[in-house]
Amino acid sequence: MSFFLEVLIGGLLAGVMYSMVAIGFVLIYKASGVFNFAQGAMVLFAALTFVSITERGVPFALALVITLAAMFALAIAVERAVLRPLVNAPPLSLFLATLGLAYVLEGLAQTVWGTQVHGLDLGISDAPIGAGAVSVSRFDLFAAATAASLVGGLGALFRWTRAGVALRAVADDPLAAIAVGIDLRRLWAIVWGAAGVVALVAGLLWGARVGVQFSLSLVVLKALPVLIIGGFSSIAGAIAGGLVVGASEKLAEVYVGPLVNGGIETWFPYVLALGFLLVKPAGLFGERSIERV
Amino acid sequence: MSSDASVWQRAREPGAAKLSARVVVRAALVLAAAALLVALPLLVDDYVLSAILVPLLALSLAGIGQNLVTGYAGQLFVGAAAFMSVGAFAAYDVHLYLPSTPLLATFAAGGLVAAATGALFGLPSLRIRGFYLVVSTLAAQFFVEWLFTKVGWFSGNSSSGVITAPPLRIAGVSFSSPGGHYWLSLLIVAPLTLAAHNLVRGRIGRGWMAVRDMETAAAVVGVPVRASKLLAFAIGSFYCGVAGALWAFAYLGTVEPHGFDLDRSFQILFIVILGGLGSVAGTFLGAAFIVLFPIALDQAVAAVAGRSVDPGLLQNLEKVLFGALVILLLAKQPAGLARLVEIAWIRARRFAARYAPRSRS
Amino acid sequence: MLRSRVFALAPWLIAALCTSSCRSHSDSAPTEGPASAAAAGSAAPGANDPGGKEQYFPLQSYRVGPYAAGGSGFFGGFIDYMQLVNTRDGGVNGIKLTWSECETEYVVERGVECYERLKGGLNGAPAAAMNPLSVGIAYALIDRATTDKIPLITINHGRTDSTDGRVFPYVFPLSLNPYSEISAIVNYVGQREGGLDHLKGKKIAVLYHGSPYGKETQPIVELLAKKYGFASTHIEVPHPGTEQESQWLQIKKLAPDYIILRGWGIMNPVALKTAAKIGYPVDHIIGNIWSNSEEDVIPAGAAATGYIAITTHPSGRDFPVLQDVDKYVVSQGKGNMEDAKRVGTGYYNLGINNGILNVEAVRVAQGKFGAKPLTGEQVRWGFEHIHIDDARLKELGAVGLLQPISLSCADHEGGGAVRFERWDGKKFNVISDWIKADRALLRPIIEESSTKYAAEKRITIRDCDGEAKL
Repeated sequence: MSFFLEVLIGGLLAGVMYSMVAIGFVLIYKASGVFNFAQGAMVLFAALTFVSITERGVPFALALVITLAAMFALAIAVERAVLRPLVNAPPLSLFLATLGLAYVLEGLAQTVWGTQVHGLDLGISDAPIGAGAVSVSRFDLFAAATAASLVGGLGALFRWTRAGVALRAVADDPLAAIAVGIDLRRLWAIVWGAAGVVALVAGLLWGARVGVQFSLSLVVLKALPVLIIGGFSSIAGAIAGGLVVGASEKLAEVYVGPLVNGGIETWFPYVLALGFLLVKPAGLFGERSIERV
Repeated sequence: MSSDASVWQRAREPGAAKLSARVVVRAALVLAAAALLVALPLLVDDYVLSAILVPLLALSLAGIGQNLVTGYAGQLFVGAAAFMSVGAFAAYDVHLYLPSTPLLATFAAGGLVAAATGALFGLPSLRIRGFYLVVSTLAAQFFVEWLFTKVGWFSGNSSSGVITAPPLRIAGVSFSSPGGHYWLSLLIVAPLTLAAHNLVRGRIGRGWMAVRDMETAAAVVGVPVRASKLLAFAIGSFYCGVAGALWAFAYLGTVEPHGFDLDRSFQILFIVILGGLGSVAGTFLGAAFIVLFPIALDQAVAAVAGRSVDPGLLQNLEKVLFGALVILLLAKQPAGLARLVEIAWIRARRFAARYAPRSRS
Repeated sequence: MLRSRVFALAPWLIAALCTSSCRSHSDSAPTEGPASAAAAGSAAPGANDPGGKEQYFPLQSYRVGPYAAGGSGFFGGFIDYMQLVNTRDGGVNGIKLTWSECETEYVVERGVECYERLKGGLNGAPAAAMNPLSVGIAYALIDRATTDKIPLITINHGRTDSTDGRVFPYVFPLSLNPYSEISAIVNYVGQREGGLDHLKGKKIAVLYHGSPYGKETQPIVELLAKKYGFASTHIEVPHPGTEQESQWLQIKKLAPDYIILRGWGIMNPVALKTAAKIGYPVDHIIGNIWSNSEEDVIPAGAAATGYIAITTHPSGRDFPVLQDVDKYVVSQGKGNMEDAKRVGTGYYNLGINNGILNVEAVRVAQGKFGAKPLTGEQVRWGFEHIHIDDARLKELGAVGLLQPISLSCADHEGGGAVRFERWDGKKFNVISDWIKADRALLRPIIEESSTKYAAEKRITIRDCDGEAKL
């Protein structure tokens, strides 16, 4: 039983890490209806920028500020170079454009900062702490706390700031929002910037766990099933979806995996998401079904 | 070519005499193109054949499969490589467990198994739409990769899970030289391309496009929407499957499950986007671009800057350029290279019409 | 209607694009061997005789992508060694070495394209051997290299059964094939436990990369488990291996005495970190030949301290050959490494060893065929007659860096011994002498597999004894 609990808790905490990537998706989807495949590349871009700056002797806090500035600059560039020219394009084109964007970001990050593997130490031990047989990593708890405060921060932002109100208006009815004078372009830049911040946080947490290098951009693949299960347009859904995916895939790998030679983690979340789709197409917290492309 | 039919039709109209000359020219052009395609191995060397043309043909075939599903039937599908993989392994297994099967039949078997798998993973498309469908096809991508890695039976229980191509022979003729690989690919790709070309112009293709453009309206005018979608998945996957077998047998000579990973699926998707959604001819342009772009860039940089450029830097630069081109093309010409070539063709004709003396008028 | 016109035009266009981008190759006529095909490209008179003074090494390198660390280190070391031979010795018996790179990104079809592009040689210098450093690319090249008669070198990796040169005449899993690696590790564990008979009842788990490379050793682990009476478990880490939580939870439950880590790239540091997370002792994890570089342990930070891995190419710069590389190449500003600190690290030293063996093959072959640029077939003869003993190692300045190694027509591996090294948080320290694999035990299994392959592919098995008499 204690082993089961340990797997379950480990899975839930791993799920928090997936949610961090999924939240970035949700923000962008809400504001612009774009399914942003480049979110993974943004995670890589942010983490690589941050690590490379700190390795050049810049103190932690300053590096954080510089990277944040870079992420907002990126958001403005994306709005100018990708979103604006494609403003009336069908959602499929926008999705494909973000695939192109992912290539640009990956290439750019590695052109500027090189391809070496970087270690990233946030100063939080990964050693297990625990009551009795069940042990939990301190780092995982830290990640969960970070995720909670991030979600809290974003929630506050969207509830009480002008940009937040505008975002909710756009998500509700884009045409009406434009009619009442909301500057859609500015809003897009802000939201992509916010997604960049989320990418940085996710990149730091993931980078501390697996090292900062190319494979970081692959975390996007873990976020897709999370989104399906949680719904594309709900931050709470992203968290819940992450927890469901994390816990179920670990349990499946540990208990079902050995029967079929293991390694089922790569596809299990997708099959789970498929099951959800057939039963509850809008996801756990989704607001509306997706229109056809 | 099916387009000739329309020409004949018009040839019976008044002014047919004027047109007949053009028909002859057209027929001559088509014949010359076909002759050139068949004679290519005599004109170019092994490098062009085995490192460019053979993969180009295989990728184009997979691209056509993707285009049938995404470009014509409008179903967002990003797992083309999974069905290539199914085709390759199925063809290999048919050869392995039924060794007397003729080579072309193993390719067909690979395609058919892929078609069945495609229809299966296309089933969710009956209930879900748009981006959600991405998940269904990604599930296929990861599941198939896992299955072939894990279940040794598919790879003939070789300890590493790598399959090796059977000897390439049709009716006693060996196709094992680079030229042979090319001819074999051409022998398979050319008829399938013509079939696709005709398919999309027929009842089935029109049904797909109706479903793509507006599902409800398609249903109202009597298009069997559900059957159309499943058929698109099945036929598209058939093309991908045959392409996968071709990739494994004629191009690499060996293949491992990871050879058909997500990157390959994206590559096929990009072929279709770049070439033009809903254009069979464009698919070839897209595939040519995908195959030639890195090589051309590499050689261009080498020609300009010599060998002093760090290859790593070049590679990253290529990624940036490629991504930027995709975005640019989507923004400026969503119909892809096919449309660009078409426009260039029209301009050239206008130019010719303006300046070339015409005896006819 | 316009569509159909474009359609008819497409093949023309493709052909036009192709011939223009590959111009340098388009004029080569069908010829007998790779050397002459190369010369045709350069349009030199008397092209059929490789009359130049250079021997060419085509390099299918990879310096970007997920495995860039391995590629840049290995090819950096290889290139620096060839540079050393050129500047210190003026080449091999006056024949200068030349090379060019083609980026594969570790992707199979790019490797194939590079192979086809480079196999013809460079400016008339014939290709000596191919060194793709990728299991996937190597598999795809076996048939091609055999047809083209160019040795395919897969140092420390590749198909185990290609050790049998009778079936794989042009493939060389030099110095250590995957079966030998496992056998040597088991021998070491036995030694640590106080004798191989102490392995009885022990539990050994293999944590492997989910790829052909990772799976390659399963049969041999099971065989040795039966022989020595230990329990073996295989646990797969799906590619690329950035997440191993569930695998290590399984390990925690299983509580094996030792773990053999058959990792690659990012999987290794993540394994070490996750081991620390669940509290598995790091000194009971034995890294295999592709889990032994600085790049594998540094990102894991403190979690890696005490980790033990095998090596055929210990890290360090104290070996005379590395001092020469420093003196003649690196300090002259001719070094290939972007980051000079990486000179002497694991991948780099593997590249040095690979350079030594490739150059030695050329030298041996020159002994038979004369001091001139050689064809791939001639260099193959050289590889099959490499005989490096302790005296020769001393001349090469590579005592302790490279094991004594002798190849033959039937044996394309030649070495089969490894040393063990421990990571102390800053560097790897060698902690054992050369420990040999039980190669006599492995040979029948290898031959069983290679004979099956020969039957499948209808390959006639070479008569090695007959060839030796010629």
